[in-house]
Amino acid sequence: MSRFIVRRFLSVIPTLFIIVTLSFFLIRLAPGGPFSGEKKLPPEIMANIMRKYHMDEPLVKQYFRYMGDVLQFDLGPSYRYKDQTVNDLIGNAFPVSVMLGTMALGTALLLGTIVGITSALKQNKWQDYAAMSVAVLGISVPAFVVGPILMLIFALKLKWLPTSGWLSSRAGALTLIMPIITLMMPYFAYIARMSRGSLIEVMRSDYVRTARAKGLKESVVIRKHVLKGAMLPIVTYLGPAFSGIITGSVVVEQIFVIPGIGRIFVQSALNRDYTVIMGDVIVYSIILIAANFVVDILYGLLDPRISYK
Amino acid sequence: MTDDVILQVKDLKAYFKLDEGLLKAVDGVSFDLRKGETLGIVGESGSGKSVTNLAIMRLIPSPPGHIAGGEVVFMGDDILKMSDDGIRKIRGNKISMIFQDPMTCLNPFLKISTQMIETIVLHQGLDKKAAKEKAVDMLKLAGIPAPEKRIDQYPHQFSGGMRQRVMIAMALSCEPEILIADEPTTALDVTIQAQILELINELSERLGTAVILITHSLGVVAGMCDSICVMYAGRIVERGTADEIFSDPRHPYTQGLIKSVPRLDKVSTQRLYSIPGQPPNVINLPDCCPFFPRCERAMDVCKTKYPKVAELGDKRTVACWLYGEGK
Ligand SMILES: Nc1ncnc2c1ncn2[C@@H]1O[C@H](COP(=O)(O)OP(=O)(O)OP(=O)(O)O)[C@@H](O)[C@H]1O
Ligand SMILES: [Mg+2]
Repeated sequence: MSRFIVRRFLSVIPTLFIIVTLSFFLIRLAPGGPFSGEKKLPPEIMANIMRKYHMDEPLVKQYFRYMGDVLQFDLGPSYRYKDQTVNDLIGNAFPVSVMLGTMALGTALLLGTIVGITSALKQNKWQDYAAMSVAVLGISVPAFVVGPILMLIFALKLKWLPTSGWLSSRAGALTLIMPIITLMMPYFAYIARMSRGSLIEVMRSDYVRTARAKGLKESVVIRKHVLKGAMLPIVTYLGPAFSGIITGSVVVEQIFVIPGIGRIFVQSALNRDYTVIMGDVIVYSIILIAANFVVDILYGLLDPRISYK
Repeated sequence: MTDDVILQVKDLKAYFKLDEGLLKAVDGVSFDLRKGETLGIVGESGSGKSVTNLAIMRLIPSPPGHIAGGEVVFMGDDILKMSDDGIRKIRGNKISMIFQDPMTCLNPFLKISTQMIETIVLHQGLDKKAAKEKAVDMLKLAGIPAPEKRIDQYPHQFSGGMRQRVMIAMALSCEPEILIADEPTTALDVTIQAQILELINELSERLGTAVILITHSLGVVAGMCDSICVMYAGRIVERGTADEIFSDPRHPYTQGLIKSVPRLDKVSTQRLYSIPGQPPNVINLPDCCPFFPRCERAMDVCKTKYPKVAELGDKRTVACWLYGEGK
């Protein structure tokens, strides 16, 4: 097991290297630059700025300089927020996005499996149809529709919840509710459908028939013989889901004005704030790789047939 | 003689409601099983052997299936009328089942010990430690080497034959009255098939368990069964002792089956016989003898009406227009 972990860990390095290199050059292919948006600066000041950020050097040299810094965990200065480093920006925003994402995914997992199990046990009864209709809605209605609708109803009409903000002193935890619901919707729906399908499949499997033939109660059969096998695909899904929910929080963070990395990502992309974009890309890649890594290990622990050597 | 009978299946019907129509998988099956007897149920794929036995255990997947009628009298009580609790006390305890594919019939996520112990604890009220000892004993009986060690392994660490031995050990752990073995050797290597059948034979004799052995090959039941039911399209077409069936088969289908068993005593250069045609589709089957399209001796009446079951003697029946009143 530990050898597997070390090997997987080492394989991450070239992957990250390739991602960083590609992004570095691709970003610079986009028209415009970090300073092109602002009102026309006198050429000598512009030249000064370029020199300060080493942007007057050849691209390859800039690349090696940047890589050198990254290897020392320094993501460089932001070109837009002059007094902040990328490390500061991401350091502040990252915990917000992770918190939002974790809570949303946790809720999606909890509600999704409950709904999925109920559906599977009440297969083809009204509970099943109702739950699966909700799931279809959840998957097909995008966040930029769900978010504003929630806001309209609960914040503007009913005035139960604050429209936006993040854990602000006045509204506190209430600010979390709508973003979490909006963000979790598709994941909740997907998990519900997936767990229903997987449960039904396992309930029809040969080994569950064996369990029934032993005289076990249906509740014991479900708990002891069905759930574990049925939940494994969901564990596998959690890896991509976690990275998806963190990167996908971009829209929700915009709608509810949440200071997470999604918001920073959008702004930096619009501003051509190269270093911030790069920092975000690196963080997203690490999340993606780490989440899948954790899932692989979890899977190995849960399924006795898999052994990592 | 009749008080020996521990299981009486009377006119059992099990249907599936499918989109294509009503599938009468089992349509009026009757047979008796005596204490310690080994009964073979033989028939082609799809003839309703498995469904018959799942119906006895009330394990037909529903929907789409349901039991449409009949009685299954086990030691005086009709299983089909029992409460859910009642049938659960019988399953795995008084009547056990082993299935065709040992690769998929054990839970891959649980240790053998967990899977065996739960049955013993449930039905015999032993504590876990005693139940584990009992499970180890059963594995030993079933011919698993080093059972104390093997019991703490997972199914994937066993070969197919070994898994079937585990299934047998598990099924017999509560010393049931009846063991239903649904094609227990079909998925196994030929060399292992004989060993598994021998094991079932030996253990059932030792424990006094009656066996219902389901198979699609008469060759398998030949040496092992006391009596035989031949099934075709959801019904029993011929029934008798093994001797009667082999020495004096009456139904043309049975005769065909016997001709298609490879024989070692007669050296033959001919190709092995096989019954021409395909088993019928049992969805929306008309009222006729379902075998007539494949039957060499089919008559006009066969196409219009299902034959009356002719009683040829004690426990000897055949459903064919060639015999009995319909003659
Ligand atoms: N769950 C099910 N849903 C629909 N039809 C079924 C189901 N189980 C069995 N059947 C149908 O019932 C009929 C009898 O099936 P059964 O499994 O009893 O055959 P069998 O004699 O055991 O055949 P085999 O030798 O292939 O095991 C078949 O036509 C089959 O398609
Ligand atoms: Mg079968």
